Amino acid sequence: MHFDAFDRYHDHDSFLHRLDPRVKAVVTVVFIVSNALLPDGAWFAFGFAWVFMLLCNLLSKLGYAYTLKRSIIALPFALIAITVLFSIPGKPLATFHVLMSDFTITDAGLLRFVSIIIRSWLSVQMAILLVAVTRFPDLIHALEHLRVPAILTTIIAFLYRYLFVLTDEVFRLLRARESRSAAAAGSRSGGGVLWRAKVAGNMAGQLFLRSYERSDRIYNAMLARGYAGRLYTLNPHEMKSTDYYATAFAIAVIFLIQLIGRF
Amino acid sequence: MLYSPIPMHIPDGFLSLMVSIVCWIITILTLAAAISRTNRSLGERQVPLMGVMAAFIFAAQMINFPVAGGTSGHLLGGALAAIVLGPWAGMLVMTAVIAVQALLFQDGGLVVMGANILNMGLVTAAVGYGLYRSAINQPKSVKLALAGLAAWLSVMTGALLTSLQLWLSGTSDLQIVIPAMLGVHALIGLGEALITVFAVGFIMQTRPDLLGEGSESSKASRNWVFVGGIISLLVVLLSPLASSDPDGLERVAMNMGFIDAGQSAPYQIIPDYTLPFLGEAAISTILAGVVGVVVVAFIIVLIGRGLKAKS
Repeated sequence: MHFDAFDRYHDHDSFLHRLDPRVKAVVTVVFIVSNALLPDGAWFAFGFAWVFMLLCNLLSKLGYAYTLKRSIIALPFALIAITVLFSIPGKPLATFHVLMSDFTITDAGLLRFVSIIIRSWLSVQMAILLVAVTRFPDLIHALEHLRVPAILTTIIAFLYRYLFVLTDEVFRLLRARESRSAAAAGSRSGGGVLWRAKVAGNMAGQLFLRSYERSDRIYNAMLARGYAGRLYTLNPHEMKSTDYYATAFAIAVIFLIQLIGRF
Repeated sequence: MLYSPIPMHIPDGFLSLMVSIVCWIITILTLAAAISRTNRSLGERQVPLMGVMAAFIFAAQMINFPVAGGTSGHLLGGALAAIVLGPWAGMLVMTAVIAVQALLFQDGGLVVMGANILNMGLVTAAVGYGLYRSAINQPKSVKLALAGLAAWLSVMTGALLTSLQLWLSGTSDLQIVIPAMLGVHALIGLGEALITVFAVGFIMQTRPDLLGEGSESSKASRNWVFVGGIISLLVVLLSPLASSDPDGLERVAMNMGFIDAGQSAPYQIIPDYTLPFLGEAAISTILAGVVGVVVVAFIIVLIGRGLKAKS
């Protein structure tokens, strides 16, 4: 497996790609907070936020619909919010008869439901764009600049570095299980659920031991290269004037979105 | 399929800002304690170990086993991480896992990440370690049974907390979300419990020395047993109550003012505290003015720094 098997980064040379990762991380978070702050049914503000989203897509040179296509992943969770359709009192719009009880959709419930979905949908698009235009190591480095404790960013950096290695390890274990589990057509191989759980549990234990021993070797290799409890970077980030302008512009736009949503 | 999402990661937009902020505060305080403890008790050697262990938990979540009807059981890992690494290190490892899931895969939001870390990383580790630790001097079979119970309860605790947060945010109806979430996770928790038991059993057999790694002094360990026990007891008592009598829970929360605090964003709280002589309209105008001035000042400072950086 290649080291970037999990990466969502798209290499391009665009305005957004060149921006300082700190700016991108902060603006993304401010945008998501702004969405959370918009009142239910602030359609103009939601529309404006979407236009801002489109502008960001355009600036990233990934195409208008790039984040739109990927944003479907947030949809399954919408099921959780579906109950507000029926539970908020308001003018009844439609009634369904399911499982011996009536469900009535109210206008207030519909308003709340659609608002929650739009907020979530806008927010996840910005998060998708953030990792599409920022290399993950740069993002981790930005977190460090933003005062996330070094021990956490280092663990995250290690996780990112070894994830594909251990995923290879998992695939090897899974392939071995597949090969052992041959069965004649129509009949099932292996024992019951408990037996299968035991196989999976032993695989997890095996993976733990392999990971543990690997971390030992990694640590010794690091010691040999002069590790003394700190990681250094050869790529220090510096805020340029465009970075400050871009932050100012984005904050102003988000503030405008809030004003539109409120008045 | 490289990565399959787990239905407990809350995306952005589903929690109110108030609930998100409160969860972040709890999470940050707990993580600060975890960081200072791991720094004190474990050397620099621990950093690569925790990093690779975080990758291990992430990868172990891909191991699944078929249950029935196309569904499969797999691992969340909070309890397992705490059992093999100790509670504090387990919390840090789970935090890294959840952060990467949110940052890289958008599985779980960024502003609600505090809540996700709390639900899936912190309470799972506390419950998992506390219960497992209570069997420290018991025979192996009792230890394994408690590891299983701990894993199951850790998932239920996470599910209960998630439902409560969704309800306090006004996103879900309590009467539906509690039975639905607890019902689904009672099954998911079974898969978690089985894999955890067999994984811990496997490690006990092959490298029993590793399970002593995260061991703390007997006093600290007693505290964990206490914390884990209290949380488990709360979950065990609260879940049936919440499932059978959600109205009761709702009334209690209403009386205590939780619901109002959770559902209103901060700017909506302020007008509630109107000064009689100013009136509602006046105070909100003043507030809007102040916020406007702060934002404009902020933008000017940024532009000023931009000019300075250029020269």
